[in-house]
Amino acid sequence: MTFNLRQSVALAAIACAGFGMTSLAEAKTFKWANSGDVSSMDPYARQETFLLTFNSNIYDPLIRRDKNLKLEPALATKWGQTDPTTWFFDIRPGVKFHDGSPLTADDVVFSLNRANGPGSNMQSNFVSVKEIKKDGDMRVVVTTKYPDPLLADKWAALGMMSKAWAEKNNAQNSADMTKNEENFATRNAMGTGPFMLKERRAGEKTILVPNPNWWDKPEHNLTEVIFAPVANPATRIAALKAGDIDMTYEVPPADTETLKKDANIKVMEGPETRVVYLGMDQERPELLESNVKGKNPFKDKNVREAIHRSIDVDAIKRTVMRGQSFPTNLMVAPGINGYMKDLDKRPALLKPEEAKKMLADAGYPNGFEVGMDCPNDRYVNDEKICQAVVAMLAKIGVKVTLKAQTRNLYFAKILRKNDLSPGETSFYMLGWSPAQTYDVHNVFEALIQTPNKATKKGQFNAGGYSNPKLDALADKMEQETDKAKRDAEIAEATKLYVDDFAYIPLHQQALVWAARKNIDLVQPADNSFPLRFVNVK
Amino acid sequence: MIAFILRRLLQSIAVLLAVGLVAFSLFRYVGDPINAMVGQDTTMEQREELRTKLGLNDPAPIQFLRFLSNAARGNFGLSYRTSEPVGRLIVERMPATLELSFCAALFALFVGVPMGVYTGLYPKHWSSRLLQAVSLIGISLPTFLIGILLILVFAVYLHWLPSFGRGQTVQIGWWTTNFLTISGLKALILPSITLGLFQLTLLMRLVRSEMLEVMRTDYIKFARARGLTNRAINFGHALKNTLVPVITVTGLQLGALIAFAIVTETVFAWPGVGQLFIQSVQFSDIPVMAAYLLLIGLLFVLINLTVDLLYFAVDPRLRSQTGGPRMAGH
Repeated sequence: MTFNLRQSVALAAIACAGFGMTSLAEAKTFKWANSGDVSSMDPYARQETFLLTFNSNIYDPLIRRDKNLKLEPALATKWGQTDPTTWFFDIRPGVKFHDGSPLTADDVVFSLNRANGPGSNMQSNFVSVKEIKKDGDMRVVVTTKYPDPLLADKWAALGMMSKAWAEKNNAQNSADMTKNEENFATRNAMGTGPFMLKERRAGEKTILVPNPNWWDKPEHNLTEVIFAPVANPATRIAALKAGDIDMTYEVPPADTETLKKDANIKVMEGPETRVVYLGMDQERPELLESNVKGKNPFKDKNVREAIHRSIDVDAIKRTVMRGQSFPTNLMVAPGINGYMKDLDKRPALLKPEEAKKMLADAGYPNGFEVGMDCPNDRYVNDEKICQAVVAMLAKIGVKVTLKAQTRNLYFAKILRKNDLSPGETSFYMLGWSPAQTYDVHNVFEALIQTPNKATKKGQFNAGGYSNPKLDALADKMEQETDKAKRDAEIAEATKLYVDDFAYIPLHQQALVWAARKNIDLVQPADNSFPLRFVNVK
Repeated sequence: MIAFILRRLLQSIAVLLAVGLVAFSLFRYVGDPINAMVGQDTTMEQREELRTKLGLNDPAPIQFLRFLSNAARGNFGLSYRTSEPVGRLIVERMPATLELSFCAALFALFVGVPMGVYTGLYPKHWSSRLLQAVSLIGISLPTFLIGILLILVFAVYLHWLPSFGRGQTVQIGWWTTNFLTISGLKALILPSITLGLFQLTLLMRLVRSEMLEVMRTDYIKFARARGLTNRAINFGHALKNTLVPVITVTGLQLGALIAFAIVTETVFAWPGVGQLFIQSVQFSDIPVMAAYLLLIGLLFVLINLTVDLLYFAVDPRLRSQTGGPRMAGH
């Protein structure tokens, strides 16, 4: 028999359709890049957003965060407190590690102790913990030294590792930096997560494949994920345009506009949970770098107010940040528990004459000079923001001498010393996100409470702001289990530091990601990138 | 001769020690690695404890001595950034850099030398002048710009070549190679051109001037008088006599290619030792920086030694001055 033309066309169409179908069901490889590599496959190697969130694709936590950063059950189906100092976690039954072995309470106890053990950088999540032990095969019970309502929040970043695998490969602890031994878990992984580690070439590429036996229903349609570090931003953008990668994590602000014009690429922008702020030395009787002798102008609330209200964050957003910032007046961002929306209003800007008058009333009719420290490779446009601040303060007679330097030198200079004596700075810039707990208490404890060596509070309060009333409130909210009461304490404490002009919050910087048009993904505000929501169309 | 080599080796050790000491006294200026190693919530006490444990509070000479005594036992420590043994990190990255440098040198040699011969033979021809002018661009544009331009043209617009990375590699023992896969070979092209362009220009200009010189000599005239073919004269006699300086320069430049592949590797995200070094500087990763600097120091010491030996072989006067009884004259 012979085909006529119409039949041939129809056959060809079917063949094409069939071909299209199979290729759709086949490879969904997702390639993406970031400026740096994941430094280790060990989920406790470093308390760093990128490492933690990358490895959470391989290692599931007990409790994970959803698209809106709310907690939801993962390896624990149920958790809670049986009394103020006792927590329980019920382990999800039927979960298997990537090697097929079942997850039990032993693995959870082992993982938690490993995260609190030598070589781990996660120990600060365990300050309140007294003992971790199992209660039967599927329940873990944790006793704390004092009531810790945030324990579950803290542990949402901790991945669970197979105990048998770690012991077999001599990786019971994280890598010991003082030894010359390779730790097996640095390059290999064994979790229960949605993806399994297929190949790890440090500094070159890391390949993940989906876990076919994952306990949860996958929301992604990927068959393979290839991650490559590409340090040079221009190369990263070129690779995205060329289609060599499908997504890049950090887009330099200067490239955002050109990428938006590319029809094949979409740019995603959202506020990050980190707040970038300025701090002032309110501790020393005399500033280190100033012409004012015998007194410290920053100790005067009116001086702080004049400076606060002379810094135009909207102008910084418009010019320096090219629109990519979200100005704020609080030390925490939306999405963090304890963010008080109605208190997040910056006071009106002062005219230069008004600010000068405030300074004159405070005893500085000719303004004053002060040194300022700033990093130049830590936050988006950090040095340029500081330069803008210098120009704005020059208008009110405060002559600021800026010293901008690389982060490793910068932090060593400005942070408080081991004995919590103040660092070498008068006026500085920092950014902070309560990345462990997603709760405002972390900010109070680390940045705003009075530095105290015994209680370990205020470790990063580099300016030494101190308000005993606020200290008491922060201590209360740490152990308060009644939510209504706790919220009232947070509101009161927030109002205290805002009214004191304790800090000058500037903005949350925007997270800018870019992807090819055919990629669907979720951009959470904590700058994590969960692969389990990625779809390739 | 042996005395000469021994003396040279002793001097080399002194040079390496000096490099190491200078490196260690400079490390304090790249900042405190601790802040990069720990999370923001790590307490000051824990930071200080780690700093003491790693010996970062000791003065630079003591840190250097400790590094030396460990290095002598083959122990370069763990990288602060990735917690992997430094020796292994460097060995793993070395093939990528060596293959890239090798291809760049080949490219420079096999394109640069013929171009030099051509421009030397026909110095007045318009195409020679054009090549000369174009080669000026090669020498005056910075590497990163050339790299980005190549990526833009061949990866973004033409989609012929990959924009970054090594492509598929094949593992042979501890060595990973690009040479056995199509994607690996394609990935080599752009970075090799970027890295080799400067050397190409250099070789072309060197060969050109040597050729101009040689073509004026008597034996070329005699060769012509004997009625030899142009081909035999140009390549058999003229080029051969220009090759001694070309070989010396190529050898020397190979060292430079390996040591200075840093920029090219960064632009193309090429996973070699140069990129490793840049990442380590950003992180204040002292063990890796120290090992890398000593390695590059060693490389240059070896190259210089080889060059000295070459001179020794080439220049009879040098031979008579060392070791022989005429030394007494000094």
